[in-house]
Amino acid sequence: MEKASAIQLRAITKTFGSVVANRDVNLDIRYGEILSLLGENGSGKTTLMNMIAGIYYPDSGQIFVNGEEVAIRSPKDALNLKIGMIHQHFKLVDVFTAAENVALGLDEKGKFDIRTVAQKVREICQKYGFDIDPDQKVYNMTVSQKQTLEIIKVLYRGADILILDEPTAVLTLVEAGKLFRVLRNMRADGKAIVIITHKLNEVLDISDRVSILRHGEYIGTVETRDATELSLTEMMVGKKVSLNIDRPRAEKIEKKLSVEHLTVTDRNGIKLLDDVNFEAFGGEILGIAGISGCGQKQLLEAIAGLQLADEGSSIMFFPEDGGEKQLLGKTPRQIREFGVALSFVPEDRLGMGLVGSMGMAENMMLKDYDRGHSFFTERKRPRQLAEQIKAELEVVTPGIQTPVRRLSGGNVQKVLVGREIAAHPTVLMTAYAVRGLDINTSYTIYHLLNEQKMKGVAVIFVGEDLDVLLELSDRILVLCGGKITGIVDGRSATKEQVGMMMTGQNPVLGGNA
Amino acid sequence: MEQLIALIKSSVVFGTVIMYGCIGETLTEKSGNLNLGVPGIMYLGGISSLIGVFFYERAVETPNAILCLLIALISGFGAAALGGLLYSFLTITLRANQNVTGLTLTIFGSGIANFFGGSLNKLAGGVGQISVSATSAAFRTQIPFLSEWGPIGRMLFSYGFMVYLAIAIAVIMHWYLMRTRGGLNLRAVGENPATADAMGINVTRKKYLATCIGAGISGLGGVYYVMDYIKGTWANDGSIEKLGWLAVALVIFTTWKSVNAIWGAYLFGVLYWMYFYIPNLTRSSQELFKCLPYIVTILVLIISSTRKKKEQQAPAHLGLSYFREDR
Repeated sequence: MEKASAIQLRAITKTFGSVVANRDVNLDIRYGEILSLLGENGSGKTTLMNMIAGIYYPDSGQIFVNGEEVAIRSPKDALNLKIGMIHQHFKLVDVFTAAENVALGLDEKGKFDIRTVAQKVREICQKYGFDIDPDQKVYNMTVSQKQTLEIIKVLYRGADILILDEPTAVLTLVEAGKLFRVLRNMRADGKAIVIITHKLNEVLDISDRVSILRHGEYIGTVETRDATELSLTEMMVGKKVSLNIDRPRAEKIEKKLSVEHLTVTDRNGIKLLDDVNFEAFGGEILGIAGISGCGQKQLLEAIAGLQLADEGSSIMFFPEDGGEKQLLGKTPRQIREFGVALSFVPEDRLGMGLVGSMGMAENMMLKDYDRGHSFFTERKRPRQLAEQIKAELEVVTPGIQTPVRRLSGGNVQKVLVGREIAAHPTVLMTAYAVRGLDINTSYTIYHLLNEQKMKGVAVIFVGEDLDVLLELSDRILVLCGGKITGIVDGRSATKEQVGMMMTGQNPVLGGNA
Repeated sequence: MEQLIALIKSSVVFGTVIMYGCIGETLTEKSGNLNLGVPGIMYLGGISSLIGVFFYERAVETPNAILCLLIALISGFGAAALGGLLYSFLTITLRANQNVTGLTLTIFGSGIANFFGGSLNKLAGGVGQISVSATSAAFRTQIPFLSEWGPIGRMLFSYGFMVYLAIAIAVIMHWYLMRTRGGLNLRAVGENPATADAMGINVTRKKYLATCIGAGISGLGGVYYVMDYIKGTWANDGSIEKLGWLAVALVIFTTWKSVNAIWGAYLFGVLYWMYFYIPNLTRSSQELFKCLPYIVTILVLIISSTRKKKEQQAPAHLGLSYFREDR
């Protein structure tokens, strides 16, 4: 039996500048059904749903709600059409109670009384099995309760179509189970539900149909009962593309780092890294694959001394001249002096590592401000270094004194990576080093990393593009939810294999890791 | 007894000036705007009301008391609200730094006020010659009979109407902020404007309105100071500025709850005037006593920040400008 259609998207296209986020996407959302929207990072899932929620407006294409073509220009428009979206980042006022947060911005008729709102919230809770006290303050709530409150907020406003953006990313297993129970209750109540996710087991567990996006394009929709993890992975990652990146073999391979039982727990008690064990060798590029937010940042920062690790964790460093040193408990500066360099290129490039309002030369000085002994700063060497990096990496800038924030993203990245390499590290860590870079610059960076590897440096490369990881890395470590799913040989691993491991299964070992 | 009554009376009068400043600023800060221009705004309110009634009293032979009051209140409130509008435009629309803008507004307000105060003195025929006696008398009219009702009458009822108006505004504002839809939305803007925006609240409009009305209320403090406290005259001695800063301190003291300003302002008054009633103080030790309100404010800050009760903290987004991220 065909369920009634809630939303139909026809040929939706959305571009941001020259980047195409969605191209000719078609999608059907039906009442009484849970639809999973599956795709890798950057495949355009959230962008697509944001267009339904009124946050973005499509460049072209049509949206039909209940069979009628509509234009959704703001979240308010979406709510008027009974569409509610629960974002990854909660929009709640901390010092307000649950009921007060629900009442925000409502324009109901009649006298305002928070107790009436609280009563209605209780009714909603009862109906769907939520567990929330309307009088509880948000700052006392767990992440899961906050999420529940977000769902109640849209239900209170009468939403019949709910979109949840990676709802389980912040939840523990038990909490996720609870959420799924509630979602099933809502499905039984006839609501249309979309969950954006990249976790295959969840897709298979909860949804009725799965729609897959890849690089902004609509790949297809399958009935969940006909799908398997393998078939979904194939649709999600696609066929392997050859990039022709060099992968020379180094002559000397020496152990540089040994990470044992590394565990990092956040304030809410969620394990961001869970018993991570691996070794990194000089003369090798260790690729780290994983959906973003799976602990890559914590891993690199723990090694660099920026992140506290739990009791029992150990990160041993093996210097050139023999012996071994425990890195945990050392200050970032001590670790840097050992020769462990972190050129972390986070989402916010200027947030870490560079000072936006300073020029290249001054940014070079940041790393060795403590080297000089005179009262005045030494300006000559940093300036030479800046000129050198500018020439070698072809940094496009009017001059080395131009504030780096005026440089394009790619050039900022070159400055950052160039500076770290110039420090002659023994361990070089980079994260998303080529994000936002054009092809040529990307190859320059790959080349630089290979050069370091051939010099005997242990390179740790956190990447997001599987094709690059597969061609550049000697070994690939796959993270999923803070755990290592496995470490594979970069020369023999297949894209499907790594793709599966990124979603939590280990095809080599079989079953869920 | 006489001394005690005298202390209470001067404290209430003193407290009323800063109570206006404080509750106006509370409204402003609830919208997330930290307006450090309170002294300047009180200056603007004071001088404008004085200018308004000065010309009215000069133009007519027998000034009408009600008209005097209205002119003083409207011109004072209006000028102060314009100061708030200037601040809003700079910080909300142009996203200028709130601290710098506020401090500049203080300098601007005191400059303008003292300039026109000087001009008025000249017009009136010399320093200290300004007198808007009719208006000042209207402002200082006390409740008949009750005010003569023994010590209690003198302590509670022997003030001009603006003392009671301040209490009324403080109570109404608390009710508005805590019990109404508009107040809830306004508090959300000060706490988390991105959330408020997502819930369909017009953040810019809320901030503008709260800041302008808040400034207007603060400006009434200046009106009360000129018309009642110094009895319809003008002095270029910077005492309004001093009171303005006390009002800002009082906002912190009251933990952003306007009802607390009712007793807090009078307490500040008692602390401030105490030196006058303690015998054998030298000039320098008097000055030490005048510090008391600030010391108490520091203590309150220490206590409230160690208790970490979120409800007693400043609005979370206070002092920061908000703009929708360019997506």
